[in-house]
Amino acid sequence: MEIKKHYWNEYQKEIADNNYFYERSCIRQTFFPGSEATFLKILRQELGKKIVDDPKIHTCTGIGYHSDVVPFDTTMTICARLFSLMNGAELKNYVPSCVTSFGIFNEVIETWKHFPEELEKTRENLRNATGREFEIPENIAHPSDIIYKFRKELKLKMKYQLVNKVTGKPLKVVEHIGCHYSKIFSEASIGGAEFPHVLAGMIEEWGGEVIDYPERRHCCGFGFRNYLVMANRGYSIANSKKKFESMKPYKPDFIVSNCPGCAMFMDKWQYTIAEMEGITYDNQGMGIPVLTYEEMTGMLLGYNPWDIGLQIHQVQTEQLLDKIGIEYDQKDKYIGKSGNYLGVPEKPKNLRV
Amino acid sequence: MSQKKIIIIGGGPAGLEAAYHLARHDYNVTVLEKDTEPGGHIKKDLTLFPDFANAGEIIKVLSGKMAHPNIELKTGCTVNELSKDGDKWFVKSNNNTCYSGDAVLLATGFDTFDATRKEELGYGIYDNIITSVEFENKLKEGKILTTEGNVPQRIAFLNCVGSRDEKTGNKYCSRICCMNGVKLAVSFKELVPTAEAYCFYIDMRMNGQHYEELYRTAQEKYNVTFIRGRISEAAATYNNKIQLKSEDTLAGLPLKITVDMLVLMVGMESSKHTKLLSWQNGIMGEYGFAASLGINSQDNLTKKEGLFLAGTCKRPLSFSETISDAGAAAIQIMEYFKTHI
Repeated sequence: MEIKKHYWNEYQKEIADNNYFYERSCIRQTFFPGSEATFLKILRQELGKKIVDDPKIHTCTGIGYHSDVVPFDTTMTICARLFSLMNGAELKNYVPSCVTSFGIFNEVIETWKHFPEELEKTRENLRNATGREFEIPENIAHPSDIIYKFRKELKLKMKYQLVNKVTGKPLKVVEHIGCHYSKIFSEASIGGAEFPHVLAGMIEEWGGEVIDYPERRHCCGFGFRNYLVMANRGYSIANSKKKFESMKPYKPDFIVSNCPGCAMFMDKWQYTIAEMEGITYDNQGMGIPVLTYEEMTGMLLGYNPWDIGLQIHQVQTEQLLDKIGIEYDQKDKYIGKSGNYLGVPEKPKNLRV
Repeated sequence: MSQKKIIIIGGGPAGLEAAYHLARHDYNVTVLEKDTEPGGHIKKDLTLFPDFANAGEIIKVLSGKMAHPNIELKTGCTVNELSKDGDKWFVKSNNNTCYSGDAVLLATGFDTFDATRKEELGYGIYDNIITSVEFENKLKEGKILTTEGNVPQRIAFLNCVGSRDEKTGNKYCSRICCMNGVKLAVSFKELVPTAEAYCFYIDMRMNGQHYEELYRTAQEKYNVTFIRGRISEAAATYNNKIQLKSEDTLAGLPLKITVDMLVLMVGMESSKHTKLLSWQNGIMGEYGFAASLGINSQDNLTKKEGLFLAGTCKRPLSFSETISDAGAAAIQIMEYFKTHI
């Protein structure tokens, strides 16, 4: 175990302390609509940090780029515009919500480092298209890096721990790191590509136990073209299934991820597998709850589970809330932010809710 | 006896063999060995390939030659500095003792690759993933057991760990691992005939006498299975076995297999002292090995007059190649004294 820690020490990155420019994800607000708002609340209210949430932000082109429909020149120019928005806010620390965006920005900046002529070309493209100029951020951190950085401070404010209320034992947690967080540029991550520590560090700090299962590092199956091309979706679900089968013997209490696609697919594919094959990967037939790291943090800070969006999940989270002893009101589950009743989703045939 | 004095840095096979040749030709030789016993890496071996010769016996023979009256063997002596002043070479050791000589033979050998650098192979993280050196140690003890104390029923050997690998910066082949893997698999099957043994390889480099025959014997007599493919990831399973992911590149299919033990055939790297002393004398070559004047001729000479090379400080070599090379180095040193002084 000491050697593992040694690896992690080799892959430490600099994370800015304050004054962040936040770039929301294209897809997370649909998949896990409370996560980004929860992150902003944690940073502003719990940690007292300055973070700008600019409504003018737009895509980084990540999905299009990885699906081979957006050329890299376009991607670089679009990223340059996002940096220009950050410059406009007089900030230097860029925080992309999405793991794929995080990978894209690292790739673009690395390209500019090795090929300065590409940087000049991008400057010209941006100038011609928008009249804007830009400077490269001084620091790029994923929001999970920031939560990791302040995990000890947050622990002091937490109402709950990742501990089973009845047995007093640590909850067993599967952590799943998005491939584009650490597998493209391992030095840009905390812990490197093989043993990323960004989520494990939070889990351990907050009382949980990380499950080290054989397919821990395997892709969730999103893989862009795996899912976006309908004929390929079998590959996507096969990857998730492989992971579920591998983690099942360890009896995980929940899964946490720092990637929009991973959290979504690991949640939704459990429903699909249950409906297709009648299989779930827990003993209750309810599936394994899948959380984003912001949801996990907000949940432990004592935020109302329905305010952070846990009711939107496919695998229901009450089983987890009950294990920890988190208070919630079932009546409020489907009341929207406006106070209107949202309606109850149709029940799956096999997956228990 | 010649008044010429030669300092040999390294008391492994190359250093010992060269010392004996020089001593027999009446040269005064001092051998400086960092360990408490001479013999180098083969001290850790039970047998040598391809004939399963007893490594202990071979060391005994080599060490016995150090009794020659012209040889002075200093053990526990780590050399930190090597320099030349005029015609004399000066060697400074860890205890600040200074030795001087008319020529120096660098026989500082190799270090085995640190397998923790291949993070994806789980060495040092999961139980029952060990290196070939550790496996050989277990063979010496006469029993192969998992950390749970069980006899492994399925074992895998992975070649080219830290060799032919751009990720680690070692693009070269370590030459001995393919054959050594076959030797270890056969030794294991002799101990546990009912077990399954798998060898994962890029290609089998059977480039010495009797190598190919032993490779065939391993398949035909010992039923060792050879799979052409590298292991991409090793991880522990729920019951503390090791799950391996690979590709059978002959079948063109991905492969997943669970084994009781994984043995990493660690390659050779330039040793710490080879790097240090080569760097001090401007003869450091590729990958930190010492550079000779030419691989096809003058392979024991360096661009520094009076400084010679033998064995694996230059590049990976097998034991038999090292012994031959040490003899060649001794001849080169004797020629040097005839023609230069």
